[in-house]
Amino acid sequence: MTDVAAQSTNVASATPDTMAWDSRARRVMMIYLPLACFVLILLFPFYWMAITSFKPNAELLNYKQHNPFWISSPTLAHIKHLLFDTAYPTWLKTTMFVAIGSTFLSLFASTLAAYAIERLRFRGSPYVGLGIYLAYLVPPSILFIPLATVIVQFGLFDSPMALILVYPTFLVPFCTWLLIGYFKSIPYELEECALVDGATRLQILRRITLPLAVPGLISAGIFSFTLSWNEFIYALAFIQSGANKTVPVAILTELVTGDVYQWGALMAGSLLGSLPVALFYSLFVDYYVSSLTGAVKE
Amino acid sequence: MSVTTLLSRGVALRQPNWIARLFDYKPFLIVMCLAPAIGLLTVFLTYPLGLGVWLAFTDTTIGQRGIFIGLENFQYLLKDSLWWNAVFYSVFYTGIATIGKFALGFWLALLLNNHFPLKSLLRAIVLLPWIVPTVLSALAFWWIYDPQFSIISYLLVDVLHIRSTNIDFLGTPWPARFSLIAANIWRGIPFVAISLLAGLQTISPSLYEAAMLDGATAWQRFRYITLPMMMPILAIVMTFSTIFTFTDFQLVYAITRGGPVNSTHLLATLAFQRGIAGGELGEGAAIAVSMIPFLVFATLFSYFGLARRKWQQGEAND
Repeated sequence: MTDVAAQSTNVASATPDTMAWDSRARRVMMIYLPLACFVLILLFPFYWMAITSFKPNAELLNYKQHNPFWISSPTLAHIKHLLFDTAYPTWLKTTMFVAIGSTFLSLFASTLAAYAIERLRFRGSPYVGLGIYLAYLVPPSILFIPLATVIVQFGLFDSPMALILVYPTFLVPFCTWLLIGYFKSIPYELEECALVDGATRLQILRRITLPLAVPGLISAGIFSFTLSWNEFIYALAFIQSGANKTVPVAILTELVTGDVYQWGALMAGSLLGSLPVALFYSLFVDYYVSSLTGAVKE
Repeated sequence: MSVTTLLSRGVALRQPNWIARLFDYKPFLIVMCLAPAIGLLTVFLTYPLGLGVWLAFTDTTIGQRGIFIGLENFQYLLKDSLWWNAVFYSVFYTGIATIGKFALGFWLALLLNNHFPLKSLLRAIVLLPWIVPTVLSALAFWWIYDPQFSIISYLLVDVLHIRSTNIDFLGTPWPARFSLIAANIWRGIPFVAISLLAGLQTISPSLYEAAMLDGATAWQRFRYITLPMMMPILAIVMTFSTIFTFTDFQLVYAITRGGPVNSTHLLATLAFQRGIAGGELGEGAAIAVSMIPFLVFATLFSYFGLARRKWQQGEAND
């Protein structure tokens, strides 16, 4: 867009040669340079995290003799410490369990809800949809104190089950909204044909609508997984014992000890805790981007 | 004998039919389909929301059922300078971070809207800060803001020689406040950029072509085509962003825990400190409830303030 503009403004004054140079230089200055700065700044903390987790302590705390941006003798000591001297593998397992459990629970609940709202169309179905959507606007920071008392009443305090049951409060609204959009895009005629052929509603849902909505289910699943992997405040408030903690909470409360921080181990823990989500994300990045933008467009 | 077998066979035959027919009965099916979602949301969202408002009017502590004490919690908060501090910083944090996120995010969206090689890879990379657990990237920021070994200080002092001493990022109130805002902006840019990019891609190129034929400059095209066309989506993204920035908890809890000298407490971290860590559930709930008016105001402001333009221009432009 900008180079076209540059061309059109320069047509009158410049010779073709300088014009070509001008528009290319302009493009570099206006697009590539700022873009490079953005990428550099957005990625630097990850680079710093990664490089810190492989640096021996001597290098980590001595910038005079070692260039801090590079490692001269990489070490796996921090990761070894993390995996064998701390409960890190247990935390990873708990987090995985919670994330998968709440993802499946919310996918189940929101698929049915979205189907009822979009396809079974009853009086007031738009209001139910709106109500579920409004639930997304209630932030966890307002809810965690009363929810803690509810969890205690249910006898679920300090149990990963509490998190599996609570996470759907922010996953279900999002997934339902996303799936309503997907169901909308599936032609209704397909279901009508099946109805005429004598299929029941549940058969239609299972044999026709769901297979066609698989991309939507995948995006909703990825979203739920990453959101529950990243969740912090509920996990911090509801889980007490070290073994049941999720990775983000455990790193902050179990690894940050004393006055001297073990930066190598902390960064290694952060890196390992980020990797599963990052890998998962990179596998499905197109679904992710399309669902993010699709959900916003609604 | 034969009668009973006939009967039981009849029952056996009718049973699945009966269930199948029940599940094909629309009102029943609707109730069954909505039950899991509505049930979960009622028990773990609506009920706690009401309970939270009730707790705010009681003196409940952990392990002790409180009694109704009216507005006492709120009266106490109004006299509490820490609460006022938290209100101030929450508003300040939300304001500056939202402006930063939207200015930079919009810019990044405009940049990504150009054609260049490896565009989809770049788009994927840019989203990373948003994917990674906030607490974990916050830890990286904590390390970047270290008073002694901060890499930013190293760059400024030893490489560029701009300063002679290290920056004390988190040790004094104002630098700490801005450091947290910077980390929040860093994390928020990708979401804003990718959402706005989706909006940019729906704007028809013919509008720009027509404007260029009329001799509009790049700035005029941005001001009179891009910006008005983006208003509806800006309103939605801004509403979300404001709500989640105002109620932010993780970043502050991970990096400063409200310090130094309580200068960086947001309402959410203060509520956690009083309610869960301190055990004063009633008071914590009152702090959490005191966020609601701000949230309602912010939502109405960002939504109607920006979306109004949509009505002025008539329908169907999103």
